[in-house]
Amino acid sequence: MTEENKHCYIKEGKLALPYQYFAGRIGSKFLVSLRDKKKILGVKCEKCGKVFIPPRKTCERCFEDISEKWVELSNEGEVTNFTVVRTDDKHHPRKAPYVLAMIKLGGADTPIAHILDGVDPDSVKIGMKVKAVFADKAVNTMLQIDRFEPVK
Amino acid sequence: MKKHKKNRNVAIVGIGQTHHSSHREDVNQPEMIHEAVELALKDAGIGIEDVDALVHGNMELFEMVHQPDLWHVIGTGGYGKACYRVTTGGTTGATIVGVGDNIVASGLHDIVMIIGFEKQQEGHTTGGITNMADPLWARNLQTGALTGATAEKTINEFGADRAKRAAMRLRVTLDKHASLNPHAHRNFGLDYDQIDDLMVNSPQLVGELRLIHMCSQSDGAVAIILACEEKAKKISKKPVWIRDHVTVHREETFNMFGINENQEVTHHNAARKLFGRNGITNPREYFDVFEMYDPSSWWGLDWLREFLQLEGDEHLKMVENDEVSINGSFPLNPSGGVISTNPIGATAALRVAEAALQVRGDAGAHQIPREVKHALASGFGGTFWTVLFMLEKDLDWQEAE
Ligand SMILES: [Zn+2]
Repeated sequence: MTEENKHCYIKEGKLALPYQYFAGRIGSKFLVSLRDKKKILGVKCEKCGKVFIPPRKTCERCFEDISEKWVELSNEGEVTNFTVVRTDDKHHPRKAPYVLAMIKLGGADTPIAHILDGVDPDSVKIGMKVKAVFADKAVNTMLQIDRFEPVK
Repeated sequence: MKKHKKNRNVAIVGIGQTHHSSHREDVNQPEMIHEAVELALKDAGIGIEDVDALVHGNMELFEMVHQPDLWHVIGTGGYGKACYRVTTGGTTGATIVGVGDNIVASGLHDIVMIIGFEKQQEGHTTGGITNMADPLWARNLQTGALTGATAEKTINEFGADRAKRAAMRLRVTLDKHASLNPHAHRNFGLDYDQIDDLMVNSPQLVGELRLIHMCSQSDGAVAIILACEEKAKKISKKPVWIRDHVTVHREETFNMFGINENQEVTHHNAARKLFGRNGITNPREYFDVFEMYDPSSWWGLDWLREFLQLEGDEHLKMVENDEVSINGSFPLNPSGGVISTNPIGATAALRVAEAALQVRGDAGAHQIPREVKHALASGFGGTFWTVLFMLEKDLDWQEAE
């Protein structure tokens, strides 16, 4: 500590920031389908042919309203990329080490990020076939899919 | 006619707003914004491909998303376009129109869409306002947007009964206006015979600032499309010209020590500058309508004096004589104003949008019943930040110098 900075004070603080997020009609339909039917839905832009998951009201490239263009996706897909989480933290959903993977479901053009379980982290490969395992109880978030596991 | 120098003329050519309510559970933020964007494009009769740039406004902590302009691209149509994000507190909606005006006038872009939005139910408005104050000197002193100071000042100057009556009369007048606006969030069906009751029985928030005086917390969005003169004349049969706008702010008002009560208020300063450089000597005469950012009836009342450069009790008389009603000689907030509808990030842009609709004659049931050629619209936000716009039906101020 130098003479110049030894009398410089710091105020410590902490903000509490309660908030809500409205999934909207489209996002909610997706979550209800996951929960009640164990079916994963996407929306298709008929102009460019892209199938989006999570669903959205608009194709941002074509600016088309695609909110009613539901398509059912496969519960299986392939790993397009992944990372191995090797540190523990109270906010993490699993004990380290575990795998977070980008997974492109059959019928979709956009991958989703999710937990990949039931596999040795060091043997995960891009292109690996995986399938969704649904949660037993109502979660009403993306964790309504509890995890993905390799297709045996 | 005297005019302020502008590199090239800019007009409003498209306006879209959602309906406003306390909850929009049916949509997420990009979906809600998209409703306004689609309506504005439809109003202008152009496609998103015709828009060169977007100016997106947000309020820190109010929407609880980091970099909302990026997250909202799905709804804004910003993919591949020049985008700007602007955040100036409650003033945001006015500042984005000002930025749009500047970047079109400068020649940088020909067609620009400005987007204001708010989902107050999702974020934490008072948390946002309070926590934006300086952590060491001011944070624990902040109460958000609620203040009874103007009520006290007005009561001290004009006596309790007259002051309270005028503020409540303005409140009832604007509620009547809101009842004519299908987009408005709140109207209570108030009438002038309820003034005595409301003056006593509306719950007190701070001093004589009562619940009924205060603006709503609303969800909603607005999009406005601006174009340069050449494009505006091609696109629109009824372009509304932004003759001039001015921004004035006073950061030091968050410093609690040594405020000089006699110092000129930013609204007064902004109006004085704007009117002065455009040769407007009698704004009450010149402007056909004023869409003012009125967060409370006490402010609405007091700010009439500031903006219109009035002396003495002229502003009280304007309210007492119903000059500010939709049928009066100087209609104030025919939309119902901020008191009725306040999706904060959109609120100040709505003032410009509503003023422009009046100039076009397209306001519907709340259109004032005579021709509107000249309109005034103001924005307001924290640290006394004023943005003031002059809108014109005709380009006729161009000719003389
Ligand atoms: Zn598309």
